[in-house]
Amino acid sequence: MAAADELAFHEFEEATNLLAQTPDATTTRSDQLTPQRHVAVAVGSGGSYGAEDDLEESDKAALLQEEKQQPGFWTFGYYQSFFDVDTSQVLDRIKGSLLPRPGHNFVRHHLRNRPDLYGPFWICATLAFVLAVTGNLTLVLAQRRDPSIHYSPQFHKVTVAGITIYCYAWLVPLALWGFLQWRKGVRERMGPYTFLETVCIYGYSLFVFIPTVVLWLIPIPWLQWLFGALALALSAAGLVFTLWPVVREDTRLAAAVLLSAVVLLHALLAVGCKFYFFQPLPPELLEPPHQATAQPPNTLLPPTLPKSMAT
Amino acid sequence: MAEAAESPGDPGTATPRPLFAGLSDISISQDIPVEGEITIPMRSRIREFDSSTLNESVQNTIMRDLKAVGKKFMHVLYPRKSNTLLRDWDLWGPLILCVTLALMLQRGSVDSEKDGGPQFAEVFVIVWFGAVTITLNSKLLGGNISFFQSLCVLGYCILPLTVAMLVCRLVLLAEQGPINFMVRLFVVILMFAWSIVASTAFLADSQPPNRKALAVYPVFLFYFVISWMILTFTP
Repeated sequence: MAAADELAFHEFEEATNLLAQTPDATTTRSDQLTPQRHVAVAVGSGGSYGAEDDLEESDKAALLQEEKQQPGFWTFGYYQSFFDVDTSQVLDRIKGSLLPRPGHNFVRHHLRNRPDLYGPFWICATLAFVLAVTGNLTLVLAQRRDPSIHYSPQFHKVTVAGITIYCYAWLVPLALWGFLQWRKGVRERMGPYTFLETVCIYGYSLFVFIPTVVLWLIPIPWLQWLFGALALALSAAGLVFTLWPVVREDTRLAAAVLLSAVVLLHALLAVGCKFYFFQPLPPELLEPPHQATAQPPNTLLPPTLPKSMAT
Repeated sequence: MAEAAESPGDPGTATPRPLFAGLSDISISQDIPVEGEITIPMRSRIREFDSSTLNESVQNTIMRDLKAVGKKFMHVLYPRKSNTLLRDWDLWGPLILCVTLALMLQRGSVDSEKDGGPQFAEVFVIVWFGAVTITLNSKLLGGNISFFQSLCVLGYCILPLTVAMLVCRLVLLAEQGPINFMVRLFVVILMFAWSIVASTAFLADSQPPNRKALAVYPVFLFYFVISWMILTFTP
């Protein structure tokens, strides 16, 4: 009977045999990375192998993505597979990044193993332009109050913002992915994220900074720092909650180092942007003019400062 | 002059007659003339078309292209659901508009400050690379518009913003002040809205319905950046 069954299934299983290397795949259900595919695949076909509950979803996804294996990286269709998202899906992913919850893994629940490049790319572009525009706007508003400040369009900040944001959103996930791949041997249960999923995590986590940057127009310093801290907390929490399941099986030291490095880099980005694009107003505008105070850290307004300080 | 072969009549009426059986009975005799001339009307027309663009004067050629560009300008200024921009795309209009905008937006050579407005090359790069990126984005999302059609539409829809730039430069000749800024702000916002409406009238139909917003948002960002460059221009 068994032989007849195998014969009956033979032509159906040929396609899935490409994935299943061994007949009893119950114990080897790890996410494998194949060079051509950029989605985590659960090895094993059908329900006859006793699917684990939390990998059932990725099992179905693996069967669905089988057909997407065909295009090579030189074809247009290959890149089209990364933009296969609807408006509602993008909005759902953005919502998921804004409200991180401890048990809710961003990759599994929102990305559902289908990372897209639309979100990271356009969120980074928006953030770069919004940074440059609002940075310029603060200068306009500062000039309103103090006409001695020299206003200029400062177009070079657009270039700086763009390069910074894009490098951060692509090189840091690359480093993180490389590190996780290197530590792959220590993990048994959960495979590392693919490169695109890491890029997605970082890209969507940067979304919360867009409204924060707009709110930084309000010229009250403690409010600005409050908003900044809030945004940083939300964003870093999202990153940490997503990375925690992957990292917790590693040694304590490696996990702590990785998570603190991630949070530190994020904080560095936020603080750096705050200081470079939103120069603190000259102290004369916040305190009475007769008080001499320390100079602001930015050197972009040196010619005008002595003039205004002389009052 | 076909001589039909006489087919004997059907031997028995029990068998069904084939179709057009009666035709074989017709014989065309000599006294019905079948003659005439077969000409292909297309050939002479094509020959005529080829020689007309080669031999026409330069003024004719230039005026024809200018008229086509002007017609498309009208379509942008009064956006209707028409296919003229898409069908006969050309990139002359976008080039003229981009060069005009970049020439007006660049800071003068005497201004040696590091943080001034954009240079000519920066505006040019932003416009063209922005348009290419938006086109690639809409194609990757599954839109069925061709590459150059999309570039053509995006380029032509910069026309309202170029008009806004001209108006801003004129307004800046007057005295500076908050009213000056308000007028410029109003004009730029109005033209920005006009650009967006014009380009979505042409581009939105080419996207699948559940991804329209994803394709339109980059257009919004693109025109927003150009509007900001126009608004912050100081002579």
